[in-house]
Amino acid sequence: MAAADELVFHEFEEATNLLAESPDAATTSKSDQVISPGHVAVAVGSGGSYGAEDEEEEGDKTALLQEEKPQPGFWTFSYYQRFFDVDTSQVLDRIKGSLLPRPGHNFVQHHLRNRPDLYGPFWICATLAFVLAVTGNLTLVLAQRRDPSIHYSPQFHKVTVAGITIYCYAWLVPLALWGFLRWRQGVRERMGPYSFLETVCVYGYSLFVFIPMVVLWLIPVPWLQWLFGALALALSTAGLVLTLWPVVREDTRLVAAALLSTVVLLHALLAMGSLFLPAIASRAGGASSPSDISDPAHTAAFHPGPVCGHPLGRAGLILQYHGEGAVRRPRPPKRPLPGDTSGCHLP
Amino acid sequence: MAEAAESPGDRETASPRPLFAGLSDISISQDIPIEGEITIPMRSRSREFDSSTLNESVQNTIMRDLKAVGKKFMHVLYPRKSNTLLRDWDLWGPLILCVTLALMLQRGSVDGDKDGGPQFAEVFVIVWFGAVTITLNSKLLGGNISFFQSLCVLGYCILPLTVAMLICRLVLLAEPGPVNFMVRLFVVVVMFAWSIAASTAFLADSQPPNRKALAVYPVFLFYFVISWMILTFTPQ
Repeated sequence: MAAADELVFHEFEEATNLLAESPDAATTSKSDQVISPGHVAVAVGSGGSYGAEDEEEEGDKTALLQEEKPQPGFWTFSYYQRFFDVDTSQVLDRIKGSLLPRPGHNFVQHHLRNRPDLYGPFWICATLAFVLAVTGNLTLVLAQRRDPSIHYSPQFHKVTVAGITIYCYAWLVPLALWGFLRWRQGVRERMGPYSFLETVCVYGYSLFVFIPMVVLWLIPVPWLQWLFGALALALSTAGLVLTLWPVVREDTRLVAAALLSTVVLLHALLAMGSLFLPAIASRAGGASSPSDISDPAHTAAFHPGPVCGHPLGRAGLILQYHGEGAVRRPRPPKRPLPGDTSGCHLP
Repeated sequence: MAEAAESPGDRETASPRPLFAGLSDISISQDIPIEGEITIPMRSRSREFDSSTLNESVQNTIMRDLKAVGKKFMHVLYPRKSNTLLRDWDLWGPLILCVTLALMLQRGSVDGDKDGGPQFAEVFVIVWFGAVTITLNSKLLGGNISFFQSLCVLGYCILPLTVAMLICRLVLLAEPGPVNFMVRLFVVVVMFAWSIAASTAFLADSQPPNRKALAVYPVFLFYFVISWMILTFTPQ
């Protein structure tokens, strides 16, 4: 049987010995060092990510392969197909990553792994626009139940306004941010800027937390609404700031502070804007019809505008109708005040 | 042919001439007509078919198309795993359904037109651009369904929601109240579920298995928006 022993493949033994010695050998693949400068050079610790080592390897390999193939032109369909190369589990994982930002984990490095996608940002923005319009409508319905003098109307143009605002935010702000970071690229040594798509991804997925927030805003309890708003805003901006911090850290303090505060401010503006959307939309749509709320029973003859130009819009409506007491009581119509153009008078 | 047979013989005895030089001397006798019919059975059959649809009456043409559309309606109402919608796609059905839905969703312009429901053009744009966006999305995710097949399926699956709209309009003729609303809500929810089930039965197979949810979610959003427009419709 000596001959049989000689016929045994000795390489397998060596390989198994090697693997037994260093179980992490597979993760520190050569591809990590050969990443082209276009990619973010990530110092992946050996502890790294446990369940997803294979994914990372594959991701690196496919990234390499993509680099080797000639890039298709932007007029071909396959150019855009690269941005939708995600699975359901990956999208869900990215959403979870944006919902629960952790200080050590950078969204781009940890979840995107050089494979940004456009599916998430696009459909999250679309969902948010429609959910905003639907909940705005629902708020009006609920308000009308308490006070039949409010005229209900579907207000379909809100969808257009909401959609345009959200899409502009989710695409123009990352563009500006990306441009700014590239401009300041010379100051940075360690880490290159994120690509445009990665920035769009970060913003798109960070908008996801607003969807449940807007739905929960239907509960007509004011302090709860402010609480939800603050919580969602905190989560969302924390995600953004934690992602941007490694890139901005090496810049001067002034620039870093200014950039981060601008980001936070814009995000807060979006959150507030969605709360006040009904007022903005009805103002933009033209003057509401003159309201004569002297008698709540006159619903057939007069159709007052739904929120009557109240500056706080829906929030004002909710705050007004909190509790059982109806705020609108019969009163004689007054002469319009000089600054009041809507013809609607509320206390 | 007699002359042709003779000329090679002539050429052998004569001085060597370039090859094929004598071919121009060959002439075809007038006595032997070459004519006839070359018919391939298949082609003649289709030629007959083509000419028959040109000559048929307009009623026949219209009825044939209507029957095709009606057959597809039946496939949508009782969704089975069948290929009819995908194989013989047409866009007549979606057009009829979309126009019907948009006409019914339109309200009079008594109200300020900024606060009203969707206008005809808005419904049209939402349905068609929504369908195009979903189709592009499913193709970008790697589905192997063609563009118009997907448009056809999405358009035909609006049928349950159009039926819901008809029922809602009838229900709204009765007195308004919470019962009215609950009935309409129930009808719209049932038809919404039916639409999604029907379109998923046709579309889900064309996607790779680990991306089915990604492709179905936009369909859900699309029909949800249409259901919302139907549910919030209030005639004034």
